[in-house]
Amino acid sequence: MSTLRVPTVPVETREHYLNADYGIRSWLLTVDHKRIALLYLASITLFFFLGGFFAVLIRLELLTPQGDMVQSETYNKLFTMHGVIMVFFFLIPSIPAVLGNFLVPLMIGAKDLAFPRINLLSWYIYMIGGLLTFAAVVAGGVDTGWTFYTPYSSTYSNGYVIVTGLGVFITGFSSILTGLNFLVTIHKMRAPGLTWFRLPLFIWAHYATSLIMMLGTPVVAITLVLLVLERAFRIGIFDPTLGGDPVLFQHLFWFYSHPAVYIMILPGMGIVSELISCFSRKYVFGYHFIAFSSLGIAVLGFLVWGHHLFVSGQSAYAGLIFSFLSFLVAIPSAIKVFNWTATLYKGSISYQAPMLYAFGFIGLFAIGGLTGLFLAALGLDVHVHDTYFVVAHFHYIMVGGAVMAYLGGMHFWWPKMTGRMYPEGWARFSALIVFIGFNLTFLPQFILGYLGMPRRYHAYPPEFQVLNVMSTAGASILAAGYLLPMVYFLWSLKYGAIAGPNPWGATGLEWRTPSPPPTENFKQTPIVTEEPYEYSIREIKVV
Amino acid sequence: MFSGFPLFPEQASSVAADVDNLYFFLLAITAFFSTLIAGLVIYFAIRYRRRSEVELPEPITGSTKLETLWTVIPAIIVMVIFAWSAKVFLSLHRAPADATPIYVVGKQWMWKLQHLEGQREINELHVPVGRSVKLIMTSEDVIHSFYVPAFRVKADVLPGRYTSIWFKATKPGEYHLFCAEYCGTKHSGMIGRVVAMEPGAYETWLGGGPREQSMTARGEFLFQSFSCNTCHRSDGKGRGPALEGIFGKTVDLQNGQKVAVDDNYLRESILAPASKVLAGYQPVMPAFQGLVNEEALAQLLAYIKSLAPQAARLPGSTPSHEAGSERQNSKP
Repeated sequence: MSTLRVPTVPVETREHYLNADYGIRSWLLTVDHKRIALLYLASITLFFFLGGFFAVLIRLELLTPQGDMVQSETYNKLFTMHGVIMVFFFLIPSIPAVLGNFLVPLMIGAKDLAFPRINLLSWYIYMIGGLLTFAAVVAGGVDTGWTFYTPYSSTYSNGYVIVTGLGVFITGFSSILTGLNFLVTIHKMRAPGLTWFRLPLFIWAHYATSLIMMLGTPVVAITLVLLVLERAFRIGIFDPTLGGDPVLFQHLFWFYSHPAVYIMILPGMGIVSELISCFSRKYVFGYHFIAFSSLGIAVLGFLVWGHHLFVSGQSAYAGLIFSFLSFLVAIPSAIKVFNWTATLYKGSISYQAPMLYAFGFIGLFAIGGLTGLFLAALGLDVHVHDTYFVVAHFHYIMVGGAVMAYLGGMHFWWPKMTGRMYPEGWARFSALIVFIGFNLTFLPQFILGYLGMPRRYHAYPPEFQVLNVMSTAGASILAAGYLLPMVYFLWSLKYGAIAGPNPWGATGLEWRTPSPPPTENFKQTPIVTEEPYEYSIREIKVV
Repeated sequence: MFSGFPLFPEQASSVAADVDNLYFFLLAITAFFSTLIAGLVIYFAIRYRRRSEVELPEPITGSTKLETLWTVIPAIIVMVIFAWSAKVFLSLHRAPADATPIYVVGKQWMWKLQHLEGQREINELHVPVGRSVKLIMTSEDVIHSFYVPAFRVKADVLPGRYTSIWFKATKPGEYHLFCAEYCGTKHSGMIGRVVAMEPGAYETWLGGGPREQSMTARGEFLFQSFSCNTCHRSDGKGRGPALEGIFGKTVDLQNGQKVAVDDNYLRESILAPASKVLAGYQPVMPAFQGLVNEEALAQLLAYIKSLAPQAARLPGSTPSHEAGSERQNSKP
């Protein structure tokens, strides 16, 4: 089946958000959530490729056991900058700030977010934080690891810890403001008839994510301020020689940074619910369970930070409680996976590119989630803690899960955002090679971790080389898989077929307005009279 | 197994098999559920592929029965894993009472180890097979982590306090020792080896090399040269409490709280004595923070711990200086 269609609308006769105004000022001073989403898209893409560049250098260094390509100090900076940039400047903003920004108002039938100027402000805050961190990279980098553990970061490191910390601190406010904006918008600006249980699950996921952004980010902000105070003014908070407690930092850091994992994955789960439903033409199986499991994950996610401290000198009894709670958080994730699978049952399933990404997500997220059980299991975590097993696990969640979902979402809503179709064959091909490249990169790392290879090692014993070479080979395939969409997305802007308002035959308000949507999103405020995902009730035409 | 391409690390400690069994159980769970989900997704994707553009699938919205099923079954499974892993963890956590203490100091980027008998090692640890060893560890600078994959044990090594792990080697050999907590530039160079030896060979190793004073003897020397003994008199009439037999007891503090006298309490009481003063005593002891290094502190602790309870001692006896005298099952 071909998705390249004959144009249904004559080219460039209609005014929409992209051609409503021209010039650099019209972008930098825009308050249109759709344009701000594109500003975010451009900036996070730059950070993604910068972080990816560091990953390539890391994998090249690890081809040989000796640590002979770069100096140890350089290697330490590479993995630190890879982590800082990917976590704080790509993964956390990725889905919420790009797709969430673009879609939340469209999906609920609103003209914009509740606070359009704050929305623009949050992009500027993000850019200031990003540029500050980028300046730290250019000036010489930082070598603390993205976790900034004390007292190494506060006393011993020679890198630009304060600048990087401030960059991350500032960027946190953009996250808080985005969360605030989404919460108010979802509460107050839903179209008439759009009750809570008629909301797309994408919205539920963003609602849960916004709660975490609002409640968690201030804690990491405070923690980073304390770190900067200790480093700059020798105020004893974390360094024991100044009377501080080094483990306190870990508690504070993970109180945010574990929930931050859910900031990265929950929106992805929202996307996957939309994709599975659309491409199997089915109501999402167990809608309420998926919606509430998002909230369950958001709440429980705040109670499990101590599982990062099982071998950190935390009391054994605290360890037992955190382990128990960590197992509990596995349950809502399992519920989601089973419900997505059950949605396929008796569906009408097509294999367009976004759906292939969704399939990939389910597989990789399942492995990521199941290997999380290994790490929640106290007696086993002692052995695999701080090894490549952990590295593999969280890449399965954050890259296998969140990035797969992000790409799936980009392929799904690209026609809506740009009014153009991308080449379907290439998109399917890239979904496939991302999946293969990803597994080849990270499956060997589980084995490496169980064998005992610690993470953040510049040089390693020679018996680990075979698995490291496999991982590097996989990474090169993965890199190609990530570059391809960038090429054909850009190509499609000029040469892609014109997309109609609803190229997938999907339900949801965003498909009832032209592609690209007009600045005000809807000519008339839509009135919602039906449940979400009504694929079985009436045929939804591809237009 | 495959010498150039191992999949599992060697099992060389008493707990390794327990940890691996848990690992295999979890691998089986992972394999089962991944296959189940992947199998169902692939089966449904083929069985229910779109055959015509106009088909309307059956309206299925959910099933409370199924939801309950796939909430309860995972819940049961994770609780089983929790209980099992907690059991393994507690056995890793609780050192046997007769474990031989070895003192470990981590610093950027080396491991320094002291045996009670006096031997000191750097980046190498010799241990006997079949005997429990407890490492009492601290760091001079940043956080490190002592990790021996073949033993399946690891614990962070923190500045300013003691943490510990224990293990019982079961197989002679040489095993990797890694620092597992990122500690700066040469983190990946902070490695070494653990040499597990047959008890006889271990005794020979202990006896070989330059014979050094035992830790307790050096501790006693320090105790006297710092004049600790002028106040901490064994007859209990000094300005400080008698230390004989105090280790392991629970004592009353001035502020009404109770505290167990363990390595960390002794450490704190030497470095910053005013923070937790025993009931009935004045906070007159000077702080030794900055005056004793980690090795000396460990020697003082070894000496204090070697002091037998007052009543059990013969008149006129002095604490034993013999190597390994406090080990309960020292010689086979």
